[in-house]
Amino acid sequence: MMENNNTQNEEMHLDDAARVKVLSPGMMVFKRFIRNKLAIAGIVIIAFMFFFSFVGGLLIPYSQSQVFYTTEEILKDYAGATKIDQYQIQTKDGVKLPSDIYSKTLIASSTGKFVFTSRDGLLLGLGNVGENTYLIFSLEETKKLLRKNAAYDAAVAAGENFFTEGDVTYLFQESSEPEPDVYIATEMGVAAMKSFTSYEQGGNFSYEFYRGSLVAIANGEKSFEEDGVTYTVDGDVISKDGSEYALVSDVNFNPAVSGVYLSPAYKDAALTAVEEGKKSFTFPDADGTEVEYIIENKNGQYTFRKYQVTRVIDSYAYPSKEHWVGTDANGMDLLARLMYGGRISLLIGFVVIFIEVFIGMIIGGVAGFFGGWVDNILMRVVDVVYCIPTMPLYLILGSIMDYYQAEPTVRIYMLCIIMAVIGWVGIARIVRGQILSLRELEFMVAAEATGISTYRRIFKHLIPNVVPQLIVFASMGLGDVILAEATLSFLGLGIKYPAASWGSIINAVNDSYVMSRYLFVWLPAGLFILLTVLAFNFIGDGLRDAFDPKMKR
Amino acid sequence: MKKFIIKRLLISVVLLFFVSLIIYTIMRLMPTSYVESQAMALATRPGSKSYQEWVDQLNAQYGLDTGIITGYFKWASKAIRLDFGDSWYFNQPVIRKFSNVIWYSFALGLASFIIEVIIAIPAGILAARKQYSLADYAITVIALIGISLPSFFFATILKYVFSIELGWVDLYGIVSRMHETYSQGGKVLDIIKHMILPTITLVVVSIGSLMRYTRANMLEVLSSDYIRTARAKGLPENRVVNHHAFRNTLIPIVTLLGGSLPGLFGGAMITETLFQIPGIGYTFYQCVTQGDIPFVMFYMVFMAVLILLGNLIADITYALVDPRVRVN
Repeated sequence: MMENNNTQNEEMHLDDAARVKVLSPGMMVFKRFIRNKLAIAGIVIIAFMFFFSFVGGLLIPYSQSQVFYTTEEILKDYAGATKIDQYQIQTKDGVKLPSDIYSKTLIASSTGKFVFTSRDGLLLGLGNVGENTYLIFSLEETKKLLRKNAAYDAAVAAGENFFTEGDVTYLFQESSEPEPDVYIATEMGVAAMKSFTSYEQGGNFSYEFYRGSLVAIANGEKSFEEDGVTYTVDGDVISKDGSEYALVSDVNFNPAVSGVYLSPAYKDAALTAVEEGKKSFTFPDADGTEVEYIIENKNGQYTFRKYQVTRVIDSYAYPSKEHWVGTDANGMDLLARLMYGGRISLLIGFVVIFIEVFIGMIIGGVAGFFGGWVDNILMRVVDVVYCIPTMPLYLILGSIMDYYQAEPTVRIYMLCIIMAVIGWVGIARIVRGQILSLRELEFMVAAEATGISTYRRIFKHLIPNVVPQLIVFASMGLGDVILAEATLSFLGLGIKYPAASWGSIINAVNDSYVMSRYLFVWLPAGLFILLTVLAFNFIGDGLRDAFDPKMKR
Repeated sequence: MKKFIIKRLLISVVLLFFVSLIIYTIMRLMPTSYVESQAMALATRPGSKSYQEWVDQLNAQYGLDTGIITGYFKWASKAIRLDFGDSWYFNQPVIRKFSNVIWYSFALGLASFIIEVIIAIPAGILAARKQYSLADYAITVIALIGISLPSFFFATILKYVFSIELGWVDLYGIVSRMHETYSQGGKVLDIIKHMILPTITLVVVSIGSLMRYTRANMLEVLSSDYIRTARAKGLPENRVVNHHAFRNTLIPIVTLLGGSLPGLFGGAMITETLFQIPGIGYTFYQCVTQGDIPFVMFYMVFMAVLILLGNLIADITYALVDPRVRVN
């Protein structure tokens, strides 16, 4: 009540109703409540949380389970290069050489026994043109005296083991006898430790070109002619009509990904870098931008790696313009998840408290009002439920739901029901206690005396007197429910992916790396839980003081 | 008094019967994947029985083949003789596992309980004496923050600051890597060092309610008539508060503390799990995730006993410390 000390008005009488301004009890509670700074702070926080979760969730362009991707530069293999230590054999058109020709060639070249028999009995020979370059012949034994043979002498002088006389090519091999063995040789192919790259993408070479260029390189000739075309040899590069035609190298290049064309210029640049012992080199790509290639050497195998743009899930992205709070392990926007998680936390809190109050009020009310054996039985039920350890029970039920692989939405409903079914006992006790003491008061005796129905006595006279206590208990209980839900979700037994909850967001700290490196993942969610629960407690505290001014002296 | 205690004990036993029956019913709903995987493993042995036969045999062995009511009485008749069976996950009798781990939980609970009492009661009294002062507001807000803090969040912050940023203590566990090389005293110190963060966590998250309870009670006592009388007859304020008011505040506080004593054995599941303290709470958590029914069942009943015991002790201490109750 407040004195109205406005004396400027006309004189007042003692029985003037306007003299004393009477406030309704509700108004008084309200006035006391809004004078409590902490309670107002609580109201502001809760209002913010509601706005943040329910309106924010509508405003934010992302959904709670939208996965974001990012492009990242990852060092990837681009090409590999191996020094050729096997003979590369090119065959004449239409000629098929036995499969063991590679090994036989290798043995023959290292032992100097250039005549050998292949696995399927073919007599073959190698004509040495130069270092590691051989012509492959199929042989036929023949008797031919080589003395005074000019072509033979010229071949011996050139260090070769074959010569041509007329249309026939002869191959000779030193043997134990004074005279060398002589064979009539038919050319089958050419073997060398060289690889050819065309300057044109997809370009192929003819056998004659291979043969001609290999012979020319082996003999150190500057040019050669095949099929009426003159090719010039300049180091590793063979030109045709003045333009570059082929690159010859003793290194085998392979792209790491099939379908990539490695140009001779690229190979040239790579080889130069390797020879100079560099760690990396640059080479322009198709658009002309210089790309850096990193050279890695493993037992003579060279790998050229470059940074390639790859699409990956944007996990643990730091806060940025697109993601104000960053992203989580699954590349989901944390701000969106905080908003949707807030919805679930607040919703569960209110639903659970609503059910709890409903059950608690009925059972507590009935027990308190009727007393006697009804009270006795109902209170024993309350005692039994009170004795069940809640958190362990939630864990067990959570793992049961895990086992039956309940849907995320089903889990939310189940969680609400379970928590309410366990939590109503506190409210029942309060209601019963209140009603027991109220029942004895004069106004209830008067209500009974006027003969109004039991129903009206309970719901019109008793319950309104219990409501203040209930509101206080409910607002504090809301905080507890939100805490319990967060704890369960944190342990992974409450709200499950892809549905979000503040507790399950913090769950990421189970990985120590995330805990130490990505503070932005777990800190906001934790603060939100703390603030929300704190706000409900502030409000509950303020309400209690407002309803019960005795505590305030 | 004796009659009162006996009556309460009998009620407790009846309550325990119903509580354990409910828990047993829920446990029977738990997935028995352990039995199935065990049977699967046994069935793959050379010359073994079929999978179904093994499942049946194991179910019979663990008493899972009967109906819930019969199964419950089978379980209860053994449990009365403190035979709770073998833990599936730890492969040893439940009671032995329990006696191995309980002392970690008790040490943790006792340490935080003592610190809590030492801080909370003076703080609560101070807040009540100087109501609406800055100190009162600070204590109220701190108490509410403590109540509102999710223990897992606070523990994470502690770990982040003291283990990762400062590197003073280990992230997990009860002993450090070099534990075996320490001397006897060093080993004890090592364990104490690992208990620091869990203890702080427990104290901070549970101190609030005791603080507020003390404050509320002290306020009530300070506004009662006999305090006014004491002041009126000219006693110094200190004597009024320390002698007249404090003693009367102690009645509900001692009741509350007495009632929470059995809880010291209950273990702090979340905190123990986060710091991997091998106490009863962490053990229970492991058993729940592994579907270890015997141990989970034991723990639930143990917790129910602790709650009942707490209520009983609270009632008895109330009668002991307040002579007025005894007369009635």
